[in-house]
Amino acid sequence: MKQKLIVIGAGMASGRVLEHLVEQAPEAYDITLFNGEPRGNYNRIMLSPVLSGDKTYDEIVTHDDAWYADHGITCRFGERVAGIDRAARTVTAPGGEVLSYDKLLLGTGSNPFIIPLPGHDLQGVIAYRDLEDTERMMTMDAGKRVVVIGGGLLGLEAAAGMAARGAEVTVVHIMGHLMERQLDESAGFLLRRALEDKGITVRCQANSKQILGQDGHVRALQLDDGTELPCDLLVMAVGIRPNVALGADAGLAVGRGIHVDDQMVTSDPDVLAVGECVEHDGAVFGLVAPLYDQAKVAAATLLGQQAAFVQKELSTKLKVTGCDLFSAGDFAEGEGREDIVFRDPARGVYRRLVIEKDVIVGAVMYGDTADSNWFFGLIRDKTDIAEMRDTVIFGPAFQGGAPLDPMAAVAALPRDAEICGCNGVCKGQIEDAILGGATDLGGVRAVTKASGSCGTCTGLVEQVLAVTLGDEFVIPAAQGICGCCDMTHEDVRRMIKSQRLTSMPAVWQACDWKTPDGCHVCRPALNYYLLADWPLEYADDPQSRFINERKHANIQKDGTFSVVPRMWGGITTPDELRAIADAADKYAVPTVKVTGGQRIDLLGVKGEDLPAIWKDLNDAGMVSGYAYSKGLRTVKTCVGTDHCRFGTQDSTGLGIKLEKILHGAWTPHKLKLAVSGCPRNCAEATCKDIGVVCVDSGFQVSIGGAAGMDVKETELLISVPTEQEAIDVIRAVTQLYRENARYLHRIYKWMALVGLDWIKERIEDPTERAALIERFEVSQSIYRHDPWAEHVTKQADTYQPLANLSLEAAE
Amino acid sequence: MSTWIDVSALDAIPRRGARVVKTALGCVAVFRTAEDSVHALDNRCPHKGGPLAEGIVHGASVTCPLHNWVFSLETGLAQGADEGRVATYPARVEGGRVLLDAAFLRGRVAAE
Ligand SMILES: Cc1cc2nc3c(=O)[nH]c(=O)nc-3n(C[C@H](O)[C@H](O)[C@H](O)COP(=O)(O)OP(=O)(O)OC[C@H]3O[C@@H](n4cnc5c(N)ncnc54)[C@H](O)[C@@H]3O)c2cc1C
Ligand code: SF4
Ligand code: FES
Repeated sequence: MKQKLIVIGAGMASGRVLEHLVEQAPEAYDITLFNGEPRGNYNRIMLSPVLSGDKTYDEIVTHDDAWYADHGITCRFGERVAGIDRAARTVTAPGGEVLSYDKLLLGTGSNPFIIPLPGHDLQGVIAYRDLEDTERMMTMDAGKRVVVIGGGLLGLEAAAGMAARGAEVTVVHIMGHLMERQLDESAGFLLRRALEDKGITVRCQANSKQILGQDGHVRALQLDDGTELPCDLLVMAVGIRPNVALGADAGLAVGRGIHVDDQMVTSDPDVLAVGECVEHDGAVFGLVAPLYDQAKVAAATLLGQQAAFVQKELSTKLKVTGCDLFSAGDFAEGEGREDIVFRDPARGVYRRLVIEKDVIVGAVMYGDTADSNWFFGLIRDKTDIAEMRDTVIFGPAFQGGAPLDPMAAVAALPRDAEICGCNGVCKGQIEDAILGGATDLGGVRAVTKASGSCGTCTGLVEQVLAVTLGDEFVIPAAQGICGCCDMTHEDVRRMIKSQRLTSMPAVWQACDWKTPDGCHVCRPALNYYLLADWPLEYADDPQSRFINERKHANIQKDGTFSVVPRMWGGITTPDELRAIADAADKYAVPTVKVTGGQRIDLLGVKGEDLPAIWKDLNDAGMVSGYAYSKGLRTVKTCVGTDHCRFGTQDSTGLGIKLEKILHGAWTPHKLKLAVSGCPRNCAEATCKDIGVVCVDSGFQVSIGGAAGMDVKETELLISVPTEQEAIDVIRAVTQLYRENARYLHRIYKWMALVGLDWIKERIEDPTERAALIERFEVSQSIYRHDPWAEHVTKQADTYQPLANLSLEAAE
Repeated sequence: MSTWIDVSALDAIPRRGARVVKTALGCVAVFRTAEDSVHALDNRCPHKGGPLAEGIVHGASVTCPLHNWVFSLETGLAQGADEGRVATYPARVEGGRVLLDAAFLRGRVAAE
């Protein structure tokens, strides 16, 4: 019969144990998993990116319902185990139910430490530990004030995340500099400056006295010197305590944590413990790397295999975008210890090595952490550096004459070398993933999560791929936006969101632009990204738009322009046609053409005449057709039920509605739609960016068509029964495209990168769909207007020459 | 001898933008950079005649709106792989006004 295993705590450590177990011996145990949080395993360290908006909660779930179901694990989430009876070998659930076990695994993690200041129990005083805390902090946006007590890793990530959302954040730290356990003063200073650049106020050597409240809710933090720091939320991130209560009550041997031996077995041979709740050989743990090692050992022990946990050196990175910080080992000053320090203040780079008897025992790096893995290796392997002492600070490139081939260096790394710090992925796991069929970065990311978080290790992962696959793998040259910046479009977009960059100069600064103000390639892209991400804060920059959009007309080869009035859904009236004909006569338009999108194009209008012809058309009730824009162009329609004997729905009516809703929306590239009344598809809806084909049962919405440089047929996104739902889906997918696609990518190109399934999942999820629609409408509240009317009234004169010197020059 | 003539207020030209001045011999584009320096160039791209005043201005360069050739506002020379030159004329800003050298503009007749 199967043995019964009860696991208490669905944390990062126990999650790993479960993975090892079901992988190696799926039949060995009947597993029941309790968790105090009302959910299963997720990647806790990624809460910071969730807070800053770089990730969503869904993206950090490590095991979903399907995974537990597939592996037959009984889940009891939201149930905090009340007690353990070791003699009876049972566990008591919160409801009083008693369950027996053969083996018990404790992974209860730790409790955040709350300083018992007066007022600590007021509402709005929280720790930073789980999703609830994170969600609480995510409500802190522009205008909210937050005080964070604690200038360590956690406190700073909390502060940066909320600052990125626009909150006014003050960090209060009792020590003289930030992260004093990992950094020395100089690095602490650089870090402080970087945080202050993000708008965070830092107060070091500040001692908290009491928390002041009003109506039971926090109002301010008072310091020893009497200063009051007003706040809407107070986050305490001052440390953690192993959560030993359950173990101690059950009579297990407990010190600072639950005592375990090298096999992760507690003082009771049937009870194991892993993670932050344990104490091993006098040490407790607060980072994931050793917990993963423990997990492996615990799984082996549970399966009767030999394994032993060995403590290793640890390194830390700060997951705050724009603060490159690495620290490892011990760098306290001491007898017999020497320092090597390197500074480059102009670049904001700082490096310090602590050396004892020709061995590096500690390293701090700030600003340029590219070589951190190499240094970490030297520390961990206790390499004798006597020979390279003079140049060691400059990193691996300077050792032994010719620069070390980075490939050789990666090839030489041991299997347990950590490649991805955020997700605790080591080289061996990546190699295994590659052997298992992952042949590119995306594949490795999907299987191991390596480089999926902050991305600083992307280069390393690619090198592991290259070393493992040999010639089969070509490192993709990450295409920078343009000559002005090496970062990819995606990285820049991520920076804009995570760092809340709301102006072009801020982007240039933060992303290290090499030119003073960009060029014709990057400026329109940035203008678009800022517009799409911050519709309310960012003011459109006409000077960063291509002439067509700046002048709301298409420039032709002879410098004249074409003018296309909007005809909603392709419908017009005799009056409109007369007005168009009159305008064509009045402004001597040489060519009048019907476009592929069922609109009328007046070609060959002189630049100076634009405001006047627009005014005439406006007066006749017509508005700009946006035929020039990276935005909604037209919604082509067939005649539908009104006249056609095949029509199943009012395709023209839907086309008009869609055009009225979507017009003015800026998109990464032009956006063309069509609605056909039945599968005969007279409007050619299946080669548009978004196409709708009406059928008896409702509306088929498909996306990703094109009939330009590439010819593509759309793929079905979703079938919906009602017109309103079709409209909703289209608004949502348009917004998703706006928020995620690279500038100048049509939907089909974007779809090729992210996959139709990913798009489907977002659109099918009712909450995401609603959120997308809401953001779409926020943006449209500003951009759904007629640019013609605006230019006619406000800036018609800019279309005229600045001066006329014809006479002057002819003298 | 230079004969500076006042063509407009500096503010009539958008930063990182341009406006044209009509002359009997075609248009001259007057550019204003982010740093508020002004440059006057023929408003005709040597490639296929694109109106340079409609281009995107970056640094001290402009990109032609038709096929993206880039020209230095200072020298009029095409940048990068392209070859060509646009005529440039003396221009300056004084007391918030943009001044062009009329003698030079007139001089174009002789040159052409
Ligand atoms: C915001 C944040 C950022 C972090 N960033 C990093 C980082 O960048 N790098 C790094 O290495 N580490 C980081 N850490 C630390 C890392 O997350 C922890 O070391 C790790 O999660 C500990 O794993 P664990 O399994 O021991 O405990 P946890 O992941 O904390 O899981 C313990 C679980 O047990 C449950 N539990 C407790 N008691 C009971 C009970 N009686 N019954 C049922 N369930 C119970 C709890 O609800 C909890 O869900 C970070 C931590 C936080 C909070
Ligand atoms: S698509 Fe169908 S409904 Fe529309 S015009 Fe053609 S045949 Fe008629
Ligand atoms: S006309 Fe200027 S680049 Fe072609």
